[in-house]
Amino acid sequence: MNADVSPVNSANAPSESEEALPGAAENGPTGERPEAAYLLGLADDAMVYAQRLSEWMTNAPQIEEDMALGNIALDLLGQARALYPYIGSIDGTGRGEDDYAMLRDERDWRNVHLVEQERGDFADEMARLLWFSAYQVELHTALTGSSDDVVVGVAGKALKEVRYHLDHASLWVVRLGDGTAESHRRMKAALERVQPHLAELFDDDDASVTAAELGVGVLPSSLHDGVVARVRRVVQEATLTLPDASPWRSRGGRAGIHSRPMGYLLAEMQHIARSHPGATW
Amino acid sequence: MYGNDVIDPNVPLNAAETAAYDEAAAHVEGRAVGEASQGGFDALIAADQRIEPRDAMPEKYRETLIRQIAQHAHSEIIGMQPEGNWITRAPSLRRKAILIAKVQDEAGHGLYLYSAAETLGVDRAELLDRLHDGKQKYSSIFNYPTLTWADCGAIGWLVDGAAIMNQVPLCRCSYGPYARAMIRVCKEESFHQRQGFEILWTLMRGTEAQQAMAQDAADRWWWPALAMFGPPDTGEAAKGGGHTEQSMAWGIKRFANDDLRQKFVDMMVPQADKLGIVLPDPDLRWNEERGHYDFGEIDWDEFWRVLRGDGPCNAERIEHRRSAHEEGAWVREAATAYAAKQASRRQESAA
Repeated sequence: MNADVSPVNSANAPSESEEALPGAAENGPTGERPEAAYLLGLADDAMVYAQRLSEWMTNAPQIEEDMALGNIALDLLGQARALYPYIGSIDGTGRGEDDYAMLRDERDWRNVHLVEQERGDFADEMARLLWFSAYQVELHTALTGSSDDVVVGVAGKALKEVRYHLDHASLWVVRLGDGTAESHRRMKAALERVQPHLAELFDDDDASVTAAELGVGVLPSSLHDGVVARVRRVVQEATLTLPDASPWRSRGGRAGIHSRPMGYLLAEMQHIARSHPGATW
Repeated sequence: MYGNDVIDPNVPLNAAETAAYDEAAAHVEGRAVGEASQGGFDALIAADQRIEPRDAMPEKYRETLIRQIAQHAHSEIIGMQPEGNWITRAPSLRRKAILIAKVQDEAGHGLYLYSAAETLGVDRAELLDRLHDGKQKYSSIFNYPTLTWADCGAIGWLVDGAAIMNQVPLCRCSYGPYARAMIRVCKEESFHQRQGFEILWTLMRGTEAQQAMAQDAADRWWWPALAMFGPPDTGEAAKGGGHTEQSMAWGIKRFANDDLRQKFVDMMVPQADKLGIVLPDPDLRWNEERGHYDFGEIDWDEFWRVLRGDGPCNAERIEHRRSAHEEGAWVREAATAYAAKQASRRQESAA
């Protein structure tokens, strides 16, 4: 079967839900609310992908694209910045956005492997952006029905942004797939390279199961078919087909198990902030 | 928390926040499209009217403008690199967001300026080739490295401040599309300059290491910023040739390099005091008689050396630009091929 990115529960995800659930009863402003872990995954996805996309600035194939990718990075950064302080207010720590972004070690990050992968060529980025933005469109559409007003607000704003991201990626995937022989070959290869990192997006880890039960979040597996349908339409228009399932798949990002590039990404992103403990910038 | 409360938004920090900008911006209204020029190029220049793309103009005027606008556009594009270098390392998310937006603005200015140049009959691809081949220049200031985070502050405060001082008079440039581009560019540059000041303000009120970082950046950027106004062109130096005289006659240039440099120094010294930064010039002092600050001798040997290609980052800047362009060639080719296919499909379906 093509496009086999169907959800497989991550064997790496620790079972935390039993421990986290009793906190839900307290649910006070300073107590830990169990949906915090789920929201952290969403915020970290946006943060880490913003970081990767921002690397394109001055490196894009044309100046318009420097601007466009910068714009998408800014949108994602904005999503993360909207979520972090809220998470800080419900996870019992009171942390601010820079505490999350600058002062957490690799094992404490909850993003999927897809967003932390190194920047490849432009086709690689468009393949990743196509999948990620299609995922975000489905995700934020669903989250506009969340029981949490803050999440509804963030999702409503993000939805407008990620629809544009999806349009942008779609246009490029079609142009590259249906452009020259070289661009077709590169786009095909990029879709194959991104494939192993897709299933993880749809894993129902403990945090998302809990958040879905509370009505705050949605089960990632419930987004799968919608996302694949969106991507498939674009890929077909690009005169390409979705690749076969890869022999391996990434897992564990939501449990803080990351791939090699993640440590380097954090080292670069956090270096200045960490070199000056307590400083204001 | 970030010093906004103590940075008075009503006190101008740069030339785009002064009356000179407002006057220039009010002055730019072009003639209505289709309105014939009265008496040709010389009469328009004499009447301080804008020359528009449809007007006849001397070939030298056209060439001068293409060279100047292209150089300006290239400066915006190359200027993305020194600060772009800090996007992935910005010390807070707020600073990261501001920096991404700023580098994006620079890309936008570049595109806007290339469009202005295109009204003179060249195209962007051709101008980029000339940049990549070293046939056209960009501002030599970007051949200096950004060594610490504080350099993002110093570039905003000093380099953007100097650029605005140069560009506000260009809002009244005789060539309409360039003048209109400058009005928009100056407005955005003005935000950048304020952001740069604020970065340094925050650092100077931070830890000792942060203060030292800010002072070091100001030490390194002050003199290159003064050199941005170009070599001396008043007094004895005015007889030395260069473009100043002709450009002034054509209404492309409105003030001499030395006059703009003096205005810049006069504006920056009180700001340095406010920041608590010591400018690296022992000869810098207020001259009551002149009503201006005196300042020391600029190292013009260094200026010419860097301009000729022997600066710390000349090779790196062009190589970065060239490799991004070359690595992206297959993408641009694909876009062109796809557009051609789409056009022929439309034709077929219309037939």
